[in-house]
Amino acid sequence: MSARAVDPRRDPIQPGPTDPVTITFEGREYVGVRGQSVAGVLLANNVLDWRTTSTRHEPRGLFCGIGVCFDCVVTVDGQRDVRACQRTARDGAQVERQHDELPRRVEEAGS
Amino acid sequence: MTDVLVVGAGPAGLAAAAAARRRGAMVRVIDSAERTGGQYWRHLPESRPSGRESVLHHQWGAYQSLRQALESDSGCTIDTETQVWAIERRADGSLRVNLAYGDVDGTRVTETVVPDRLVLATGAHDRALPVPGWTLPGVFTAGAAQAMAKGERIAVGDRVVVAGSGPFLFPVTASLGQAGARVVGVFEASRPSRMARHWLARPWELMGASHKVSELAGYVAHHLRGRVPYRTGFGVVEIHGTDRVEAVTVARLDADWAPVPGTERRIACDAVCLGHGFTPRLELAVAAGCELTDERFVRVDGEQRTSVDGVFAAGEITAIGGVDLALAEGEIAGWVAAGGRSADASVRAARRARDRFARFAERIATAHPIGASWSTWLQDDTIVCRCEEVDAGTLARVAESTASVGLRSLKLTTRAGLGLCQGRICGRSVEQLLSGSSGCAAFADGATTDRRPIAAPLRIGDLARAPQSTETSPHHIP
Amino acid sequence: MRVVVIGAGITGAACARVLARAGYDVTVVERGAVAGGTSAMCEGNLLVSDKTPGPELDLAVDAAVRWPLVARELQDELGPGFPSIEFEPKGGLVVSTTAEGADPLRGFAASQRDVGIDAREIGADDALELEPHLNPEITAAVYYPQDAQVQPVAAVEALLASARRAGARVMTSTEVVGALRDATGRIAGVRTSRGDLHADLVVNAAGPWAGAVAGTLGVELPVLPRRGMVLVTTRMPHRVFRKVYDADYVGATQSGDADLQTSTVVESTAAGTVLIGSSRQRVGFDDRLDVEVIREIAMKSLRLFPFLEDMQVLRTYGGFRPYMPDHLPVIGEDPRLPNLYHVTGHEGAGIGLSVSSAELLLAQVMDTESPLDPAPFAIDRPTLAPHLQEVAS
Repeated sequence: MSARAVDPRRDPIQPGPTDPVTITFEGREYVGVRGQSVAGVLLANNVLDWRTTSTRHEPRGLFCGIGVCFDCVVTVDGQRDVRACQRTARDGAQVERQHDELPRRVEEAGS
Repeated sequence: MTDVLVVGAGPAGLAAAAAARRRGAMVRVIDSAERTGGQYWRHLPESRPSGRESVLHHQWGAYQSLRQALESDSGCTIDTETQVWAIERRADGSLRVNLAYGDVDGTRVTETVVPDRLVLATGAHDRALPVPGWTLPGVFTAGAAQAMAKGERIAVGDRVVVAGSGPFLFPVTASLGQAGARVVGVFEASRPSRMARHWLARPWELMGASHKVSELAGYVAHHLRGRVPYRTGFGVVEIHGTDRVEAVTVARLDADWAPVPGTERRIACDAVCLGHGFTPRLELAVAAGCELTDERFVRVDGEQRTSVDGVFAAGEITAIGGVDLALAEGEIAGWVAAGGRSADASVRAARRARDRFARFAERIATAHPIGASWSTWLQDDTIVCRCEEVDAGTLARVAESTASVGLRSLKLTTRAGLGLCQGRICGRSVEQLLSGSSGCAAFADGATTDRRPIAAPLRIGDLARAPQSTETSPHHIP
Repeated sequence: MRVVVIGAGITGAACARVLARAGYDVTVVERGAVAGGTSAMCEGNLLVSDKTPGPELDLAVDAAVRWPLVARELQDELGPGFPSIEFEPKGGLVVSTTAEGADPLRGFAASQRDVGIDAREIGADDALELEPHLNPEITAAVYYPQDAQVQPVAAVEALLASARRAGARVMTSTEVVGALRDATGRIAGVRTSRGDLHADLVVNAAGPWAGAVAGTLGVELPVLPRRGMVLVTTRMPHRVFRKVYDADYVGATQSGDADLQTSTVVESTAAGTVLIGSSRQRVGFDDRLDVEVIREIAMKSLRLFPFLEDMQVLRTYGGFRPYMPDHLPVIGEDPRLPNLYHVTGHEGAGIGLSVSSAELLLAQVMDTESPLDPAPFAIDRPTLAPHLQEVAS
């Protein structure tokens, strides 16, 4: 276990009751706390990577956490380029990995 | 009545809004985040009430009173999840501010406003220097770790290494500790001699900033209590792992931050937090036409006026100075924007505070500069531009083969800085590496990576539906 | 023979390369950095499709033949370590989206076919086969296999690198401040911010600033800037395969109207982003952002590719296209100041036309057979005469 939610029983802020929120990522359901971002729900479930890069095909996820780096973009309910750290998770949101292959050259035209 | 638009609802922006209201202006505050408070007072949503959230924060009371005053004030509108996506400079000198609001990165509604006065309080974000392996999942900026801890109650890892430079490493470490993570080491690149020289050389300057000192002392005590190893003159020079972070290599750094061979040590961890100071968020100031200083902050005068008539700046975009400086600058900016003068008795305390904390900020900057030799820890295939996956070797090779001394050309031939983040993360590092490779002190085209006329991505459909401009095109050539 | 080339954009780079390779001692003088002006602010179009039969189309046809060869030469010479110029003969697809636009497009294509252009009128089904994401409501479509694309900045750098290998020198951050003249009044070099440069020939390739450069050298040249804005999207899955234009593009390039005109051009780049152009405005060198311009570009692009609605605009850039009052480039010696040559005024077609313009220049300088009749591009052509007088008065 690495990334995780703070255990409410040990949290010094003495959290009150919360509501769950459930999102789907790559076909699996993940439960978080209502009010969390998409990135928050994934991290709370120890999911660290949700994007694949175009050139080296490497995994990426949260980096700056404040909406600046755009490394954490995902597709949410069919809409691309959504920063997971900025978008509040809604119940039932369908989150998909974003992986854009570089275009292949259009073969010699007219042939 | 003057109407003042404040961009950014962090300490500077909120203080500006409150002061502008006190001086009688109509105020609108906008912020791209879902909640006010900025990065400094990033906190849990209303849906997550708690008994003692204040333990995560400094000056929480100041935030609460600013927020309550503004939220209950009919002369102030606060629009969160609202982004300035572009600023136009019109022929008559006024600024047209283009807003988009709605779900972040969703389908959004656009609006255009032409405020009498504009206060920019857009803040800064962490700078993280490239390190081999820094693109692995589990590597975060220091700010990300803090944002997740304070805004979501998430620990980004179990065994965490914190590395970089500057006093911000302390609160990040504290936040990680409060979230239940084990910080296995904090590595400050600056050397103790330099820090001591600049932190302690003129202690009388800190007199007025004494609570700052005690805040830092509190962090240090926290480290000692928690037995967090804190090493100065050390840095993370490589991060290891296949699909996620497994370990780091730390090494002693010389005065210019070049790793000292033979001092490497491997430390197992599952998360790394990097913070090498901050980069101001300048795109809106640049779009508005504001002059920058040589250090690349927004140039302001004693009344927080920028070089553009009617545009004010406050907080971290004018210098990295912390919350007290931001609050003081914000108060002056808001007051003057609303028609007051900085000499007015009403902002005397703010003026004094600004002078005091400005010196504190200078000393921090002097104690923690970016070492000139940081790039020596890069490897040929170390990614520098994370979005476009441009590595250090490519930057050096293209600069050499084209012999280019123009940043625009180098960006377009390497693609560094052209990706989704538009150079926000890599820009300064790319500039340093390219100017080092091409041997030019300044780029011949005068370009920088701070210019982003589109300040935030916008769906093409939303742009197509943007309000139509009624102004005809300025000064045609006959 | 020493030659000074003023301007390190695509035109200056192409001229420097052919001159250096022909044995001239070439110095390129650039006020800023290489590819720092129009060449960095355009789309890299190599087009025949947008040109009316006449001298400019002849030049474009010559360029369409030359570019694949130049691209190959540059790649062979500079090797894989040099940034790719991304030459891609992807073809152009011009469509009309309105009932009334169909016949003019067909007529335009027919006139091009009459002069030998491969302009294939195709049905909507075939157009959708080429571009599956195109709006199916199109009313006419013409496919142009000769249209191609390069990455313009990489192309400039490659042409100049090749010129340097042939002995050319490039001086950046060097501004031309005056002319050197010999006893007979001919130009004999330039004065620059870094000292005098003696030369037998001077080539003014300063694009939209060529008028100002000419003035500095002592002659009037009615080159004016026309501003063009382009939108760049975020990277996306490959969905636009050719260069796709709305047929009203054809009208916009021929127009002299100062008011905002936009005409849709959509194409993918090698990086996976999509460029959406473009506007044409005469606003001098005013480079301020005008949202109305990019709003109109965005709005019209949806007529061609409705899927763009949900894609993100990442950045926008605008450049100044150099145009002559009669909308033809100037390529040749200035009879008012012998040994001064102008190569400019290509408007939005400079990237494509650069390599052929350079060959025309070389033929004139060396007094060899020109690949094309140079007369239509001469500065003393009849259609330019009234404007020259106008400027001089």
